[in-house]
Amino acid sequence: MASQVVLRLEGVTKRFGSFTALDNITLDIADGEFLTIVGPSGSGKTTMIRLLVGMDAPSQGEIYLSGERITHVPANKRPTCMVFQSLALFPHRTVGQNIEFPLKIKGVDPATRRARAMELLELLRLPADYYRKGVTQCSGGERQRVALARALAFDPEILFFDEPLSALDYRLRKTLEKELKELHRQTGKTFVYITHSLEEAMVMSDRIAIMRSGRIVQSGTADEIYNTPGSRFVAEFMGEVNLFAVTGRGAGSFEDSSIAMQVGAATLDLEKGAQATLMVRPEYVRFLVEGQSADCQISGELHNEFALGSRIQYEVELVDGRVVTVEKLGEDRFKGRYGDKVTLGFDLANCHLIRED
Amino acid sequence: MERIEERQGLLSALPILVIMALIFLAPLLVVAAFAFMPPKVFDLAHLPNFDNFLVFFEQGYYTSLLWSLGMAFAATFILFLLCYPLAYGMAKVFGRFSLVITIAVVITLFVSENIRLFGWVLTLMKGGMLLGHLKAWTGLEVDGLLYNVPVIVLGLAYAYFPFMLFPLAQGISMVPDDVRQAASDLGASRWRILWEIDLPLAMPGIMVGSLLTFVLAAGAMAETKLLGGQAVIVMADEIETAFTYGQNWPLGSALALILILIIGALAVFALSRIDLDGIMGRRR
Repeated sequence: MASQVVLRLEGVTKRFGSFTALDNITLDIADGEFLTIVGPSGSGKTTMIRLLVGMDAPSQGEIYLSGERITHVPANKRPTCMVFQSLALFPHRTVGQNIEFPLKIKGVDPATRRARAMELLELLRLPADYYRKGVTQCSGGERQRVALARALAFDPEILFFDEPLSALDYRLRKTLEKELKELHRQTGKTFVYITHSLEEAMVMSDRIAIMRSGRIVQSGTADEIYNTPGSRFVAEFMGEVNLFAVTGRGAGSFEDSSIAMQVGAATLDLEKGAQATLMVRPEYVRFLVEGQSADCQISGELHNEFALGSRIQYEVELVDGRVVTVEKLGEDRFKGRYGDKVTLGFDLANCHLIRED
Repeated sequence: MERIEERQGLLSALPILVIMALIFLAPLLVVAAFAFMPPKVFDLAHLPNFDNFLVFFEQGYYTSLLWSLGMAFAATFILFLLCYPLAYGMAKVFGRFSLVITIAVVITLFVSENIRLFGWVLTLMKGGMLLGHLKAWTGLEVDGLLYNVPVIVLGLAYAYFPFMLFPLAQGISMVPDDVRQAASDLGASRWRILWEIDLPLAMPGIMVGSLLTFVLAAGAMAETKLLGGQAVIVMADEIETAFTYGQNWPLGSALALILILIIGALAVFALSRIDLDGIMGRRR
């Protein structure tokens, strides 16, 4: 995406006493993109969004909106707005009054306000007669839409989301995730979404930034992060993964540091003595039968089998007790019994080498 | 099963029902009945009429009623303005320090109201603590600050301070912080948030506090007697006089009935508009 930077964070740090919640974060958010910031709880993502929205100011560093410094501009003077985790609808007001609130604050006349509210109700697929309904009478999904409509009525330059879907049940969440992505496409606005759920991030975003302990450890498209994670943390955070610690032996050859993994002729870009982690996703590991071979081969014992709907997951225990996860599509089901000796194989072309300092 | 449970509810409520009927409702009914008796009788064995209510209008008792209601309203309004910032602080800002304020305010209730009012008299009277010091230091001699309407209103506001403060703090604590933040995020200024979010959502607390203060202040007379020196005569005072010096129970009853009806109507109106369960922390 070659579009302009709309929001820029430069060396943003936030401390609470001796605790550093955000540690020197630098991040560019492009105009019109859907960026999701993902991280486990305690990674600093809530602090991050509070700074982005203007409910808090950083201890150090600057925030720029379209080139203008807004580091210490309070929330009510920023042209951005947020959909809260709790939605924070006004319980004493109707759906219509909730949606019109930002327009009322701006001093828009009642007729225009109403027309805009009606447009937004339609955009968010809420029936027009909801205009007069009390928000407390709406269901969870409807409230979600009202909160979105209210935020859109504000016509923000950037729309922030603080895990607004986390309280909903699975099916409704899936529906709304897709609607949100569609809404992003329709409105062309910049969406910045914060969540702990990687699944949510993968479904919706153009770009994902992963946070850990107050730092952004990696950012990129879902594919990039999934296939080429920069650290073990990211690799493990992005779903099931098999990791092997490897050591270079010179001339591209390498060995597994702890178990007897047979390595064929294929080579890795790893200098002699260097240590790294070899990552292979479960879907790239195969069960080898007589006569088949792969770049890397390991033997173990079939340990467990889980049906995951369209896929089946196997756990194979290696001689040293470690477990390798293998995933197959339902039609490629491997027929084996628990305790069977099996040989696993995978090719280096499907692997990714993680080097950490 | 359900019917048995319903009966159990009634049975458990029975003792308190009997007590309330005997010691709360019965005297009120007697007062209501006396209000319609001819003046200056001491039993209920007469034909009912409206003579006492005519007296209320003819002899100008309504001025006392207006003083009572007017000063109660003024005290309530002043208390609301005074207490709101403090209540906001207690509910949202001070944290544990709120407890200190609560205790400090509650402790004043341990001393009888009359004694506290005498304290005010000693403070404000001519040559009292305030004016005595003023005279000693500057030679200025000022007439006493007592015996006027503003000082009565001050006394009322002082006496019923806790009854406004605590319900108000409770009401304000019910306003969710994120709703306030959302309003700010959508561009609302502080005053706008106060007007659009805080006041409507804290309304149950505001209503309860105002109602308590108003009802108590409208029925008060110690403040007028002690601080006001009877600069004005309030309704409660008239009722007492009618029952005691006047030996006119029917007139006293009629005056009491008028006050009860006005305040009762106000209370019913106010309570019908708020969700008491909400303020008690119960979900509907």
